[in-house]
Amino acid sequence: MAGDFLYQALIYLAAAVVCVPVAKKVGMSSVLGYLLAGILIGPYLLGLIGGEGQDIMHFAEFGVVMMLFLIGLELEPAHFWKMRRAIVGLGTLQAGLTAGLLFALGMAFGLPWATALAVALALTMSSTAIVLQSLKEKGQMQTAAGQASFAVLLFQDILVIPVLAILPLLAPALATDTDSESHSLLQDLPAWLQTLAVIGSVTVIYVSGRYLIVPLLRIVAKTRLRELFTASALLVVISVTWLMEMVGLSPALGAFLAGVVLANSEYRHELESDLVPFKGLLLGLFFLGVGASINFKLILDIPGLVLGLVAGIMAVKALVLLLCGRVTKLGVDQNLLFALGMSQVGEFAFVLLSFSGQLRLTDGPTTDLLMAVTALSMTISPVLILINEKYIDPYFGIRQKIEEKSADEIGEKHPVILAGFGHFGSTIGRLLRANGVEATILDFDSDRVELLRKMGFNVYYGDATRLDLLKAAGADEAKMLIAAIDSPDTNFELIRTAQKHFPHLHIMARARNRFDAYELIDLGLKDIYRETLYTAVHLAVDVLQNLGFRAYTATRQGQNFIQHDETALRKLAVQRHDIKQYILSVREQIEHQEQLLQTDLHENLSETDHSWDGEYLREIIGKKTK
Amino acid sequence: MTRKHNILILFAHPRFERSRANARLVRHIPKSGHITFHDLYERYPDFNVNPAYEKDLLARHDIIVWHHPFYWYGAPPLLKQWIDVTLEFGWAYGPGGTALKDKIFFNTITSGGPRESYSREGHHQFTVQDFLTPFRRTATLCHAVYWPPFAVHGTHRLDEAGLQEQALQYQGLLERLLAGDFDPETPQQYPYLNDWFNQTKP
Repeated sequence: MAGDFLYQALIYLAAAVVCVPVAKKVGMSSVLGYLLAGILIGPYLLGLIGGEGQDIMHFAEFGVVMMLFLIGLELEPAHFWKMRRAIVGLGTLQAGLTAGLLFALGMAFGLPWATALAVALALTMSSTAIVLQSLKEKGQMQTAAGQASFAVLLFQDILVIPVLAILPLLAPALATDTDSESHSLLQDLPAWLQTLAVIGSVTVIYVSGRYLIVPLLRIVAKTRLRELFTASALLVVISVTWLMEMVGLSPALGAFLAGVVLANSEYRHELESDLVPFKGLLLGLFFLGVGASINFKLILDIPGLVLGLVAGIMAVKALVLLLCGRVTKLGVDQNLLFALGMSQVGEFAFVLLSFSGQLRLTDGPTTDLLMAVTALSMTISPVLILINEKYIDPYFGIRQKIEEKSADEIGEKHPVILAGFGHFGSTIGRLLRANGVEATILDFDSDRVELLRKMGFNVYYGDATRLDLLKAAGADEAKMLIAAIDSPDTNFELIRTAQKHFPHLHIMARARNRFDAYELIDLGLKDIYRETLYTAVHLAVDVLQNLGFRAYTATRQGQNFIQHDETALRKLAVQRHDIKQYILSVREQIEHQEQLLQTDLHENLSETDHSWDGEYLREIIGKKTK
Repeated sequence: MTRKHNILILFAHPRFERSRANARLVRHIPKSGHITFHDLYERYPDFNVNPAYEKDLLARHDIIVWHHPFYWYGAPPLLKQWIDVTLEFGWAYGPGGTALKDKIFFNTITSGGPRESYSREGHHQFTVQDFLTPFRRTATLCHAVYWPPFAVHGTHRLDEAGLQEQALQYQGLLERLLAGDFDPETPQQYPYLNDWFNQTKP
């Protein structure tokens, strides 16, 4: 048994480790890599695993739950509340239209109406796992399309619950509810009690999130045992999942709510970093399962029907989504991203279809066929996203920019964008302002933003690495971007985003130290300002003066040193890549210092400077006349 | 002319620590509460001259010495910066610009080449006075009296004894000016202040 488990783990992990990097290298998302890996090891290609793909998927759906918990963590309750209209409005529109159209099509194909409805509802669902994973991976969560996708997906998650309740009603006498998917405790209770239980459990999540989980985490954090904190994080997610399944709600939705409740707690980032690897692995496993469960035998038997169904269903879904996008006034490129990204049939379809099968709403072959269609559409979807991104989006992206310009909107947009208004950025902003240059400021600290707004600064609150925020700040028209964010990693991300989407921007970047500067040089930046350089040189200049050096000489030596150091920086930045082996980083730093000191020796600054040197002239003239 | 004069020495040397002649000259400046030695390169290594401070200094002195090595027929750049920033329109010159009226200005210079090379026939083809025309005009425009320079020529070849002699002359000159023992018009009749000092020794 243990051997069997090890063997399976070996197969799955090896498949993932081999396929995902290859997929990434070719420019595909990791989702596609996992799916292909699943197909590869599945029963129809290498046959390394049998028909257990479905079981694996079932287990791995927990990854989806975790993903929603993490998404909830990143969402502030206030922001979530703001989205409520989009969730209900856009969600209803998409679900209603898609289900309606698919139902009509089903009827047209001669399905009984109950079957047609069950199938239509199942196929309406999009894949939360695929869509959100790709959006996050590409940093598109905060774009208009990302937000719309998220709203629709959330609505679908909610929709699963009533659909699961309705399906048994569609199958009157045939239903043998012994083997139903959801072993809900409340199934036999009257409707009003069920409603009460649902409301009750949501309240439980809210109250326990506030008054039970946070104090608990506080105690756990005090033990300073990292693995115990990880265990607590897992415990939170699993208990929410369990509670939701007990009352027959969607675990994903419950986890999402729990995440939102904990988003304001001080443990938000710890929870996030502890759960991210689990989420990633489980989601990967889930995609592997999807890939492995595609029934290629069935597809090869009736390829025309399968492919036709996939194409037809995805086309209907995409068209409805395009219409929804239109209604919410998405731009052309955003709308395409939204529609193509969400056009697949999602993992909830597996649940709903197998449930319908048990209820005899759909017969065996139909269920198998639709399962295959679902899995296939999930596989195709990342490819569609890729095609859109590579070939279609660039075309529309450009066209839209031209349209926007001709619209001639004059906002309060300044030529300079200043990202980060901490101690570093604020000095820049103040100096600029003292000279009548107003910059558009992006900052992440809400208190500071409020103060700055009061002072009449043009400030945008938010993560400066977000594309839509940069757009809102006028990055399209701005001339310069000052990247002065405290966290170097965020700063790099901002620079990469800006370089990719606003190549015209002149980027001037803050670097914490020499090593940050190397990264920036690698990014192709020219204007790099090391915060440790100028202050340290200034101090050293003052030391020289206090030791009796002439002020002007010391100042010039400081200026020369900066120049010399900049040259050395650029030289060593190139050499750095030659060193293949990275030893301990401390050791490396010492070696680096040594290299620096060596170059200093070669170029003794004071010995080569003979400007205004009366004694030097005297020596030369004296030699000549002798 | 018995009143004590206040002397302001505006010293401009970008590499004073490597200077021999000026080091000795500066060492021989008399210690007196009436002489202000103002080391411009030490004060403004960033060239950010403070005009309010400089104007106040000027107002408190009667004789202003532009003391500098003679580089490329002129003064080191910070002295020009000082002139540009300090001598404001409406204060030093122009309408109402009478703050420097009747003050005395002169240059103290050191040059590597000998005195003979600074003549119509010499290597440099012009006299030092010719080269100092911008300073003369600057002083004149500010309604001040401009005197010929105190110059130490030939510093490249000057030996210790010769240098010491020059330094003592500078010291003597400043002491005499301090005492107010002179007629402001007479120095203008000499090509160098050195000559006036040597030839009118009491």
